[in-house]
Amino acid sequence: MSRPPILASCVCSILLAASAQAERVIIDYWEKWTGFERESMEAIVSKFNASQDRIEVRYSSISQIDLKLMLAIAGRKPPDVAGIWSYNIPVYVENNALHPLDALCREYNIKAEDYLPSVWRLCTYHDRIWALPTTPAAVALYWNKKLFREAGLDPEKPPTSIEELEQFNEKITARSSDGRYRVFGHLPEEPGWFRSSWGYWFGGHLWDGHGHITATDPGNRRALEWVESYPRRFGVREVSSFLESSSNVTSSSANPFISGRVAMVLQGPWEWKFLQRFGSGDLEIGVAPFPSLAGSKEPPVTLVESDILVVPAGSPHIKEAFEFIAFVNRQENIEQFCSAQCNFSPLVKVSDTFWKNHPHPYIRVFYDLARSPGAVSPPQIPDWNLYRAQLDQNIKEVWNLRLTPSAALEDVQHRVQQDLDRKVQRWEAIKDTLRQEWNKEDVVP
Amino acid sequence: MKDRNTLRALCFILPWLIGFGVTLLYPLISAFYYSFCDYSVLTPPVYVGTRNYTDLFTDHLFWLALRNSIFFVIVYLPLSIFVSLLLAMLLNLRVPGKGLLRTIFFLPTVVPMVCLAVVWQWMLKGDGGLVNMLLTPVFHLVNDLLGTQLTGPNWLLEPNTARVSLVFASLWTTGNTVLIYLAALQNVPTQLYECAELEGASSFQKYRHIALPAISPVIFYTVAGGLIGCLQTFAIPYVLAGGTQGPKDSLLFLSSYIFQNAFQYWNMGYACTLSLVLFVLILGCTMLLVKFSSKVVYKAAD
Repeated sequence: MSRPPILASCVCSILLAASAQAERVIIDYWEKWTGFERESMEAIVSKFNASQDRIEVRYSSISQIDLKLMLAIAGRKPPDVAGIWSYNIPVYVENNALHPLDALCREYNIKAEDYLPSVWRLCTYHDRIWALPTTPAAVALYWNKKLFREAGLDPEKPPTSIEELEQFNEKITARSSDGRYRVFGHLPEEPGWFRSSWGYWFGGHLWDGHGHITATDPGNRRALEWVESYPRRFGVREVSSFLESSSNVTSSSANPFISGRVAMVLQGPWEWKFLQRFGSGDLEIGVAPFPSLAGSKEPPVTLVESDILVVPAGSPHIKEAFEFIAFVNRQENIEQFCSAQCNFSPLVKVSDTFWKNHPHPYIRVFYDLARSPGAVSPPQIPDWNLYRAQLDQNIKEVWNLRLTPSAALEDVQHRVQQDLDRKVQRWEAIKDTLRQEWNKEDVVP
Repeated sequence: MKDRNTLRALCFILPWLIGFGVTLLYPLISAFYYSFCDYSVLTPPVYVGTRNYTDLFTDHLFWLALRNSIFFVIVYLPLSIFVSLLLAMLLNLRVPGKGLLRTIFFLPTVVPMVCLAVVWQWMLKGDGGLVNMLLTPVFHLVNDLLGTQLTGPNWLLEPNTARVSLVFASLWTTGNTVLIYLAALQNVPTQLYECAELEGASSFQKYRHIALPAISPVIFYTVAGGLIGCLQTFAIPYVLAGGTQGPKDSLLFLSSYIFQNAFQYWNMGYACTLSLVLFVLILGCTMLLVKFSSKVVYKAAD
């Protein structure tokens, strides 16, 4: 065949492909994930793009996504779909930054009954649906069976109460020949991700559900007294240096739990991936509900949060954006995605294949915890960022013995309540206008 | 003719005027307006009068941030000027390899501030950090001699040592100032030094009575710029504190507090109030400096 016909057919193919491409609606999808989490979502994106020829989703990894999304919405150039966190919903909703999804959920027959209640309620606020989940998470106790065995404890029996946790802690904690601590049974500041929520395991609450902060709840004070007991018993310098020596990273072989220097941690399902990747290969790990003060007298406590997908206000392709979100939430897709992310499915209906093929051998523990009556979530308030930041800061001061638990919590109570009062006042002033606007917007385009 | 010249001049400075208006004047006026509003960026501002200003006066974190910023100015600024001047004077001497030495002292300036702060975070670790590893033999010697039990502190976990760490981490960025002083010193007329030598002046007297007065306008410029930079400092304390406020809020500065309120707590109105206070503070300090400069800055015409 001569050259000009080959060239002509190549040019025609390119033009045909370009015109087909040009007919597809391009959906910009901003997501926070990189690494293996990004790869698992990109697999779903590719599956969606291949399943039809009307929409093409383009995935972008965005750092500090909650900040950049706010600015993009303010600048009237938001992405079509964004992956944020469930605790972002109240502040985004009250700032009219999200598109309500009730009508679209009805169109796609997506109902609350399809989801775990503890996950579904994270996606709703002010009686409307604002998001659908991608990867829910609960937290539980991981324990190192080898360290248990070395300390003379039954490696198959995790602690079932805080009192028992401390007994195990005393037995496992040991010093090396130079006097420094070689291993700890448990340290509340490892990894330190959930320090603002310790109160839940001590019967405390962070708000009353009606606009009042309850930072000074006796349960929260008991939790901080427990946190404070560690530097008092083991020395501030000793525990701080111990944690500092591991560079305070979780996804690394230097992490104290992964390297076998801390025997028990509170962590989520993702920890299994880190253990497989960075562990020594001979780790013997067990997973169970993290013990609470009440022990087995009350249902097990866990903290449930979720990564979610939202349609930002001002998104130019609402219908197409939701078609993608609904696709992600189909049982087969969400199971594929949650399995790749080492998480449990947010759906009530879960296939046997999901459990059988799941990389985490203890994933059922997290799923059952998410269904437990003791499953709690961060307060659904618009100033949760401030609340959590202030709690974190003050709890670190308690850890370093520079603040008493009572003083730490009173400071947070006063500051956050004042801010919440302002935000409630503002919401009361604008809620009718916003509700009218949402009623108009909440239709199938 | 005069009008035409005026018009021509305005046309030449028009690009700058537009830039000034768009990037400085408009944001300033907007910030002033929003400082009287409850504003979160995504919903229309709601006028609240002077509520943000009354909140500011009772906000202990604001006073803490202000105190940290002023402390940083008082400690870091004179130290950085002194160190930069000393280094510039040393690098101005006729020594072998001075080109290489100048490069070495300037190199930290080309490292991005965030990378610098991350490196210092590692160096300042309580156990295993480079700074404590270097200080340990010194502490051992002092302990042996005096019977004390000194150990390297957890630099970033104690409020006082965190502030000192910030000062030393920031000193690494003085390369620019060293270069400016070096250029200024090299422009001092050599005849002045020769005259002084003939009069029997020592090296110290030559620096004290010739070099320093001659480069005093440059010193004034770097002090003014340094003052503004210190009050606006953000990157190094933010990274050293790992995005938090540091031990006992010792690394909370006005600029980081403004950032938190604007972009993390969705209180843009209050952030505008803080920004205006910072603006007035910087303006006031700079005007004081300019007034004071007439007494210490040497002008060639004088």
